[in-house]
Amino acid sequence: MDPQSNSFRVAVRRRDGLSVLDLFGDIDGFADAALDTAYSEAETHDTPAIMLNFANVGYINSTGIALIVGLLARARKNHRRLVTCGLSEHYREIFNITRLSDFMTVFADEESALREVVAAA
Amino acid sequence: MTTRALWRNRSRPQETPDTPPVKPPVAPAPVAPVVPLDIPAGDPLLAHLQANQSGVIDVERLALDSPGVRALRAAGVRLALPLVSQGELVGLINLGQRLSEQDYSSDDRRLLGNLATQAAPAVRVAQLVRQQQLEALERQRIEQELRVARLIQQFLLPKEVPAVAGWEVAAYYQPARAVGGDFYDFIHFPDGRIGFVIGDVTDKGVPAALVMATTRTLLRTTAEQLVAPGAVLERTNNLLVENIPPKMFVTCLYALLDPASGHLTFANAGHDVPYRRTAEGVVELRARGMPLGLLPGMQYEQHETTLRPGECVLLYSDGLVEAHSPTREMFGFPRLQALMAEPTDGNLVPFLLDRLRDFTGPAWEQEDDVTMVLLSAHGDGGPGDGREVLARFELPSRPGNERRAMEQVAEVVAPLGLPQIKLDRLKTAVAEATMNGMEHGNKYDEAIPVLIEVAREGDDLTVSITDRGLKQPIPEAEPPDLTAKLAGQQSPRGWGLFLIQNMVDEMHVTTDDVHHTVKLVVHLIAGGQRGSTE
Repeated sequence: MDPQSNSFRVAVRRRDGLSVLDLFGDIDGFADAALDTAYSEAETHDTPAIMLNFANVGYINSTGIALIVGLLARARKNHRRLVTCGLSEHYREIFNITRLSDFMTVFADEESALREVVAAA
Repeated sequence: MTTRALWRNRSRPQETPDTPPVKPPVAPAPVAPVVPLDIPAGDPLLAHLQANQSGVIDVERLALDSPGVRALRAAGVRLALPLVSQGELVGLINLGQRLSEQDYSSDDRRLLGNLATQAAPAVRVAQLVRQQQLEALERQRIEQELRVARLIQQFLLPKEVPAVAGWEVAAYYQPARAVGGDFYDFIHFPDGRIGFVIGDVTDKGVPAALVMATTRTLLRTTAEQLVAPGAVLERTNNLLVENIPPKMFVTCLYALLDPASGHLTFANAGHDVPYRRTAEGVVELRARGMPLGLLPGMQYEQHETTLRPGECVLLYSDGLVEAHSPTREMFGFPRLQALMAEPTDGNLVPFLLDRLRDFTGPAWEQEDDVTMVLLSAHGDGGPGDGREVLARFELPSRPGNERRAMEQVAEVVAPLGLPQIKLDRLKTAVAEATMNGMEHGNKYDEAIPVLIEVAREGDDLTVSITDRGLKQPIPEAEPPDLTAKLAGQQSPRGWGLFLIQNMVDEMHVTTDDVHHTVKLVVHLIAGGQRGSTE
């Protein structure tokens, strides 16, 4: 298999006061630049929270975890909430083991995330 | 035909009318030197001598235009007595002038004729005895040469086959009576790899043995410097071509095996193409190249493959495939290929030898050396250890290839029916261990692959990932401190070993002088560390 066949891409959108990063493909070292650019774009939106949508992500390796840690650190520095949705059961377990889920709420899907984030705003 | 002329010296004591004859001193008359006379094979004199079986030939009266006659006359030969035995001219007695300077009388001629008739059979017998003595000496010389050739070959052939865990190596060598130029060799490298050489020198006997010895030495020296089979053959050829006798050359196959991974790299200098037995059938391992020692500057194709558990590769010489049956049918490549595909109990070599004997029959006079080298990858970890290797493969150390590793492992273990959550954990652990091996062990050098072996050991599934870390210590996996990472006090990285430890039931790390191996263990029955969450 060509390692690039699941190459990462990301789309940024706004919804009901939430910046959403729709992530596609593998989150590994190759995703670094695209993720950074997309997150920077999302930061320009005046929203209280940024959501990472993992519904279309099939693979996250330890380098990908490190990238997410980096985004979380940026969000905390800027006092912005970072939440996630769409993680598979396996990656939800990894977010628990790594304690990422202690610092970023893991929602099952976008709708439930939206309800909670908007209500909290 | 070469004859020798013998005659007496013609000098006599001086006599005068005034003095009575003085008796010469009693002493043997001096003998003139023997003069060799060469009579060409087509000389008409030979036919004349043979036809004149018992006659005495007066050389002066011979009316033949013959170099032989001229030579006889020039040597002072008066009479020639052909020695003919059973119709064959076996010799010639040549006589010069009589000491009395008188002509030979008719009595003389009759006496000489009788002498020739009786001497001819005796000369013939003497000639036959001499011929047999010479032939015996020649046979002794040939036997001695064969003994020397055998000694050289036996001295240079390996005394034992490599003992490698997970592999069985077998070698067979049966020289023909004339001793051909077959040879084989094993070259051990410090990193555990083993070079397999099989070759055949044209010609036989001592010359072939000497060229074989030279080639073997060149191959060994070159292999230790260059390693890559194609480059090894190229340099060996360039060195050999300057030293090999005219009209001689060497066919040779060189294969380099990494026993840890089953990775086989090979190049071929005109030798018989090896066969590889796989689950799907018997295939050739082809690589093109000219025999060694023919032309300088040759290049050799190099190919590579990975042998899977249960597979084997047969290297052999033409003495096997060119053996003949009593009806002069040749054993041939198709027969060998078909036999290799047959199921065998145990080693393939004895099986092939049995079939060869069946084919050639008991009275077979072996025409050429028969040589076989077989390397077999065990289908499991060894008889009776309850370990079954499900797959063994390797991947170049290239960023992103960890994904290929986990997908291939998932494919291999699919028949085990692991629960999805357990499979996902295993995949992540495999990916992380592979990534560590490629990055930290092999420094992302694509020429250095990581080896992945999937095995079932009793109730456990194991995946072993091996890199060439060269004695670098593997750090202990400690829980990363996420708070410190978020505060910028730790690198955001450093999750790999932590993830691996948490994704499988056991993780074991072993190192030797060359390799790091991370062994992942998943318990296949419930009750394991991670099984409780299902």
